[in-house]
Formats: sequence, structure tokens, C-alpha cells
Amino acid sequence: MAQINLEQLAHSYSAKPAHADDYALRRMDHTWEDGGAYALLGPSGCGKTTLLNIISGLVRPSEGRVCFDGEDVTDLPPEHRNIAQVFQFPVIYDTMTVRQNLAFPLRNRRVSKSRTADRVEDIAKMLDLDDVLDVKAINLGADAKQKISMGRGLVRDDVAAVLFDEPLTVIDPHLKWQLRRKLKEIHEKLKLTLVYVTHDQTEALTFADKVVVLYDGRVVQLGTPQDLFERPEHTFVGYFIGSPGMNFLDCRLDGNRAVVDEQAIELPPQVTSKVTDNKARLQIGIRPEFLSFAAEEQTGVPAKIESVSDLGNYRIVTAIIGHDRRVLVKVDEDAVLPTDNARLLFPAEWTKLYADDQLVG
Amino acid sequence: MQKPVYQRAWFMVLPVVLIVSFSAIIPLMTVVNYAFQDIFGPDSRYFVGTEWFTQILGDPDLREALGRQLLFSSAVLAIEIPLGVGVALCMPRKGFWVSACLVLLALPLLVPWNVVGTMWQIFARPDIGLAGVALNSIGFDYNYTGDTLDAWMTVLVMDVWHWTSLSVLLCYAGLQAIPDAFYQAARIDGASRWAIFRFIELPKLQGVLMIAVLLRFMDSFKIYAEPFVLTGGGPGDSTTFLSQKLATMAVGQFDLGPAAAFSLIYFLIILLFSYVFYTVINNLGKGVS
Amino acid sequence: MTLSLEHVRKVVAGDTHIHDLCLSVEPGSFNVLLGLTLAGKTTVMRLMAGLDEPTSGRVVMHGRDVTGVPVRKRNVAMVYQQFVNYPSMTVFDNIASPLKIARMSKQEIRERVQREAERLHIEHLLKRMPQELSGGQQQRTAMARALVRDAELLLMDEPLVNLDYKLREELRDEMRDIFRQREAVVVYATTDPMEALSLGGNTAVLDQGRLVQYGATPDVYRQPASVAVTQVFSDPPMNILTGRIEDGQLHVAGADPVAVPDHFQDLRPGAYRIGIRPAHLHVSSPAGNSISIAGEIDVAEVAGSETFVHIHVGDAHCVAQEPGVHDFRMGASVNVHVASRQLFAFGDDDQLIAAPAPAPALKRAAA
Repeated sequence: MAQINLEQLAHSYSAKPAHADDYALRRMDHTWEDGGAYALLGPSGCGKTTLLNIISGLVRPSEGRVCFDGEDVTDLPPEHRNIAQVFQFPVIYDTMTVRQNLAFPLRNRRVSKSRTADRVEDIAKMLDLDDVLDVKAINLGADAKQKISMGRGLVRDDVAAVLFDEPLTVIDPHLKWQLRRKLKEIHEKLKLTLVYVTHDQTEALTFADKVVVLYDGRVVQLGTPQDLFERPEHTFVGYFIGSPGMNFLDCRLDGNRAVVDEQAIELPPQVTSKVTDNKARLQIGIRPEFLSFAAEEQTGVPAKIESVSDLGNYRIVTAIIGHDRRVLVKVDEDAVLPTDNARLLFPAEWTKLYADDQLVG
Repeated sequence: MQKPVYQRAWFMVLPVVLIVSFSAIIPLMTVVNYAFQDIFGPDSRYFVGTEWFTQILGDPDLREALGRQLLFSSAVLAIEIPLGVGVALCMPRKGFWVSACLVLLALPLLVPWNVVGTMWQIFARPDIGLAGVALNSIGFDYNYTGDTLDAWMTVLVMDVWHWTSLSVLLCYAGLQAIPDAFYQAARIDGASRWAIFRFIELPKLQGVLMIAVLLRFMDSFKIYAEPFVLTGGGPGDSTTFLSQKLATMAVGQFDLGPAAAFSLIYFLIILLFSYVFYTVINNLGKGVS
Repeated sequence: MTLSLEHVRKVVAGDTHIHDLCLSVEPGSFNVLLGLTLAGKTTVMRLMAGLDEPTSGRVVMHGRDVTGVPVRKRNVAMVYQQFVNYPSMTVFDNIASPLKIARMSKQEIRERVQREAERLHIEHLLKRMPQELSGGQQQRTAMARALVRDAELLLMDEPLVNLDYKLREELRDEMRDIFRQREAVVVYATTDPMEALSLGGNTAVLDQGRLVQYGATPDVYRQPASVAVTQVFSDPPMNILTGRIEDGQLHVAGADPVAVPDHFQDLRPGAYRIGIRPAHLHVSSPAGNSISIAGEIDVAEVAGSETFVHIHVGDAHCVAQEPGVHDFRMGASVNVHVASRQLFAFGDDDQLIAAPAPAPALKRAAA
């Protein structure tokens, strides 16, 4: 089991990095608790695979240290680091059966035959592979092959952390649920530290206790799925998490209110008092899930409904407020929509203020 | 995948069909003709059935040549394929040296075949050849025109020099196609270099190796120019391989009948061996239990 | 230009890949081919394009039988999952390539390429080479190349599946606008029901080589013709439980009997398969007539603002979608509730017998 520490870690692929753009990963200090399930979430090119490879030892960071349980492992190669890694596409040994595949890491470490056989049986049962143990691995489907890849990591006793690099990429969409569920079961049972890289927010949020959102080589937020959803600390997090993402509207401050094209929206006073820089770009952000249409008695921001998209269990309404500002509102499939004189409610607790992309308050 | 039928395409293929017919199919039929008949001139032809076939199958010279040929091809495969894989494994995968290596490896393949024979003939001469003189000065009593073993060794080394590059290039391409993730996973699994070779590289090179084995077998079984120029088939007939025997029979002795029969048998042997190799290698990967 | 597939069958090496398919699509329509992997979507598209010939049956375009006609003659454009671009040509040349083959004037080529590039937001990349572009940009180039021809038939085989999640969402929204005013028939293959719903148009659901339903997307969603459609057109798939109607009461596995809901009034007594959408299955009790099902929690997954609770009821596996973030213990017993007016009934043959009545609000707010 391992607590993973990243100290002053940064990485650049060029020999003499001159400024921030040369860095694939900008300086970060993080501690990931033992036994936690972490997701590294971000768009392509944000550095998440680089970070994963630094943790596994396949890449040596150009600056900083990686520590497992306090011990500096920065110079240790992957085979000495007690980690297992599952890649984007299944990596199996073509000539071997499932049993031999699972036994391979143990045979290489000279574990006794009986112990190997026991471990293989245990892990195969956990992964629902026990009925295909003697089938040649190459003949199975992609999801079984990925399970074998996972199994090879789990079969070792000394594994402290299991790292996943977008492992569900080649899996059929309707089988992804099952594999995710399996991962969660394994996590509950074995209590290993799991680190999971993905660009898919659903995978990240369903899998992890804590999500690390990466953007442009920087960690922009580390928090629980609920934190990321309810309190995005950076506009990128608001945009990236949630389907559709957060609505952002440029505004200016007038006392306790944010003004968007002459429409005023109330904000909590403790938030507005924290705005220090007068030249910062101010935006309010609110998720489509938290917007609603006002009933007769309530006041709200006047809006015009442009279109309604029927997505089965819910609908997305595109509304225009102010001068041509588009906002998306998520409504129930059964909800009654106003035909004219529509007004939108912006609940103060869910309306966030961002100054230069950072959350205020 | 079915492709739709293009009527016009048949016209485009017609010239090729005509040329191949004239240069290959019709001559092949002529050979079959000669194999079953005794032909002296355009007017005197007698059907002799399988007489030519029985004659050559009973010919001790031919059987010895076949034996030598099989020995040669086996030696060639046994040396060139593993050597090819080994060299490919040692070659750099990235950077400037890749192009340099590829060019160096391609050079032997570019030399015309009888020039290869001539080069080695001079190179191995015990009086003025670089290798010949060097070997003799070290202490080996080396003379490829006099000693059977020396002649065989020289022919083999010449073929290895000439053709190993083909195996190397094929295997190199095969290795480049293996994704990095396999090597990374193997490192994490703690696999030794040998285990990586045995369980990742070798299985993934299967297709490429099959091509290499087939090509080298077929070419070595037909070999003619290089040993002929180098040793002339000597000393005696110790390095006379099948194609040379056939040429002597047909062109030298003008025994067209037996030569034609022999050609057909020659063709069928190559076909049979190739089929066997192909099937064996294909099934190795399919988990035939 | 109407495209029809009439009784098309495709057999490859003894395996029937497509069984007796009849499908007719109208010009100017956007059609989604929805199905799991290996359901036959790519095969159907190849048959429509003319890349493959059907084993039996006809393909009819414009009233003309084009079954044997090769693809070059059929005025078809296709976009693939892998971003297929000519690697040695610039983006401009890539998009222009079909026009050059059609021998258009340079002036016209330039105009059309510019127009298409602007529509796909890549006009600033026209001088670059494909390998310098990101995945999303490469796919936009491939799409521009397909669109610039103004072909009569535009086929897209899961074009967004290799893109990042967010990019996929963005391109999907743009696609609605891109296809709005075209005369072409557009056929779009996908495995993702959300894509089908957000793209709209018509949906054809394929299951193991058979066309199981075709219609306007919201209709197919709300009135799935069979259990097979519910498993394909829903993520997570619809929960299917056994049920019986007896003595005027509805018995659903794991629940106490309740009064038969209004939309089941015409059903005869007997055994049925009851369908419940995960979004209608809640841990908290809804108002009105509801059925309470007892089960045990397998695992709970949090996704943004919702929690998916996987439970098993006897041997059956169900998923409930609970708004908000909750912590559920594995192995705990739980009761989940569904309003009885939201139940679906399928017969023994898996065909739809009764579906919930559409909410009245829907009719008013349609845009």
C-alpha cells in the first residue's frame, strides 16, 4: 500500500526549458493518500499521461521527486516500484493461456508454484475469468483482455498502486459499466491506491474518491466529484465537468450584484467583498442544472426561449438573456415551459463568481 | 470484403494476361509437352508416357544433387533466419543511425547475382584474395577449389552475406510495428530480456518470419548463378546444386525430355515445401493443441 | 432523393450479417443508425454506399436500382472513425480533392473550400498539414472534405468516437447546424443513445443485423417497439423485471401488488415483462401511485450531480438514477420506487404492449 507524494514535481521534454510553455507539467506538490482512488482528468495534451508515467517510473521527471510512503523512488525503474499499469489497449501475451498470463509476473519473481496457482485462482475469480482460465488469451474479447491486463497487476502481493491509462478506450460502451463496477469492487476489496487517467468525466466521477483536474500541465483542482460539481475552482473545471458544462457570462460588479447587460443578479456579500483586483475579467458561472424558470409570483431575469432539445429523460433549453447572451437550462422531461414572459432564476448559492478564471469566495 | 465488379477492368488486364501467357504459361505447357514425349524435331515426336520420369527418379547423380540442395537450403535457413532476427534486434530504432544501418544492409541485396559470385571468387582465392590469403596466413589450409568442405563453407558464407539483409529488414519492420505499451507492460511484469523476446517479439514476428522463411527457401532451392560462378559446381560435383544439374542436362547434354520431367518435379518439390512451411507457421499461432 | 434498401440480406462466409432489412430514408433527413458494436451498422452503411453488394435484395436511389453500381458512380461521401486525410496534402488541398477530380474551376474550388472550412471553423488552418492538427481538427477536415462535394448521400460511421468527450459534445452541437439546410440524405452511425437524442432526426435501431425500429428519434425513444430497442437506446439500459396482471392488480417482482395503472387498463391478465427507466427508479419515494421494490445494493456510482445505484432484485439486476450525491453502502438492503404511470409492458415475445402516455407539457413546449 502506498501513500504517493509528489514534491516540487515538474517535467519538460526539452533539455533547457526557458518558460512555462516548455513544460509538459508545471510545478506541483501533492499527496495522495494510501488506498484512495484518484482520477486524473483532463483534455488531450494536458499532461495526464506524462504524470502517470512519472508515477509508474516509465518517465523520469526533469525536476522534483516522487515518494512512495516517504521513500524517494524517483530513480527507481518501474519493475522495482511495486506498481502495476494497465494501458489503453489490452496488453496480453499472445502465446499464453489466461492462466499463464496471470501467472507471468509471479513466475518472473520466482514465487512458488503453489502460491502462484492460488493467487491466480483468487484473482481470476474476482475478475470473473475463472471459467476461461485455460483458453488462449488471444481468442477472448477486448473486455476480457483488459481484465487479464488488470489481473496481471493485481496478482502480485507487493503491488502498492495500480495505474490505469484510459483503460476503457477500446471497450464496447455497454460493457464499460460492468468494468467500472468491477474496478470499484476491487477497490473496496483490496484497498489499493488506484490512479486512473481519463478524458471522460463520467469515468472519472464514477470511479474516483478524488479527482485531479489537469489543464495545460497544471492541476487546476483536486477534490471530490461533488466538490468539482458544486464548487468548481476554475472556469475550466466548470466547463469540463457536467454535461453540458457551466454557463459563463461576462459581467461587472455593482455593489452586491453582478450586472450582465443591465440585468442584475444577486450574489452573496461574502463573495463580492473578496474581489480585490478591479481590472480582472469577471464572469458569473452557473450550471444548467441549477437554473430554473420562475413561476408567476417570483422575479427573475427576463429570458427568451430559443430552442428546446429533447434528450429523453431531460431537456436542454437554450435561452437568451440580456443582449444575445446564450444560457442553457436543464429541465425535467415533464416540466412545463413558459411560452412567453419567461424569467430565469439564478439561486445565489449556486451562482459563482470568477475573476480571471479563478473562483472568488 | 467483396469489391464490386468493374467490367472495364478486364480490358486493362488483357495486355498483362497476353504477356504472361506468352512468357510463362505457354512455355510451361511446352515443358509439360517435352516431359511426356520424346521430341527430336518438329516432325518426330513419340509419346513415352512416364519413361522420362522413371529415368530421372532412378538417376543417382540427380538424387545426390537433391540431397546436396536440401542440405544447402536447410543450412541457409538455419543460419540466415536466426541471424536476421538477431541483427534486427540489435538495430537502433530511432535517430540518425537508423537510415545509415538500413542503407548498409541494403547494399548486398543490390549487387547482381553473378557479380556476387565473381566478387567472392576473387575474395576467397588463396593466392590473391583478401580472405583467402588471410585465412591461409593464420594457419588454415584453405582452398575452395580443391577442398570440398572449404567450397561448401565459402558458398554458404557467400549466401549468408548476400541474403541475410532480407531477413533483417523484414524482421526490423516487424519489430517496429510492436507498440511500446507491450515493452512497458513487460518491464512492469518483471520480464527478463529473453522472456520479452520469447513471449512478445517472437509471436508478433510470426507473419514476417513466415515471409522470410518462404522467400529464402524458394530462392535458395533455386540457386544457380552464385555457386556456378564461384566454384563451377566443383570440386568435382560437390557443390553442384539442382538448378545447375538441370541446366547441364537441358542445355549441355540437350536431354530435353528428362530435363523437362525434372523441371516439373523440381517445381512440385518447391510447391510442396512451401505449402508445408506456410501451414506449419500459420498454425503455430492458432493454438493448435 | 429517396434511398431505399429493399429486403437486403448480407451473408459473409456462412454468417448472416444482415437479415432482410427494409429501410427507406427521405432527402434532407438526418438518420441515426443506432446499435451496439457488431450490430451491423457499418455493413449497412457500406451497402448504402456501394462498397459492398448485398447477397440478395435491392438498393434503390431516385427510383433507380443501383444495386450493382460501384461507389464511384453513386455520388456518396463518407466520414470514418479514424480521421482519414491525405497526409501529404495541406488542409486546403484535402478539402479540395473531390472538387479537383470533378474538374471544377479554380475560382469555384476556392470559394467552396473556404465556405466549408468556415462552417467547420477550420478556415485558419487551411495551409497546415494534417499531422500538425489535433484530432478534432483532423476530423473536421475529413468532414469538410465529405461535405464540400454536396453529395446526395452522406454517410458518417461513428465519426466522433475517437475524440475527447468534451470535443465530442461540441462537434455534436455544431453538426445540427451543419446539416440543417442540406438536400442530402445523412446517415450517422453510433452506439451512444445520447448522441442519437441530441442529434435528433430519425433513428433506425439495429440489433444483431436486424432493423428493429425506425422512426422520429423522440418517438423511438418513448415508444420502443421491443425489449431489444430498450437495451440499445438507453444508457444505462432499461431495467426489465418480470410481472403479472392478476385479479385487477399488478404484481412486479420484488414488490407488493398495486392497482393496475391507467395505461395498462387494456391489458389481459397474464405474465408480462415490465420495463422501468433508470431515471424513473428512485430511492426517495415519489408522490402518487408508486411501486416499491425491495433489493440489495451491489454498488453505487456518483456521476456529477447524480448517483447511479446498482441493485439486484432476486436474480435481476436493476439500476436506479438518484439525483444528488449520496453515499450508499454495498450490500445494504434498499427500497426503490417507481411511479406506476411510468412503467412499460412487454409481452413474452418482447414486443411493446403498453408505454407511458407522453407528458402533456411536451406537446406545448415543442420547438
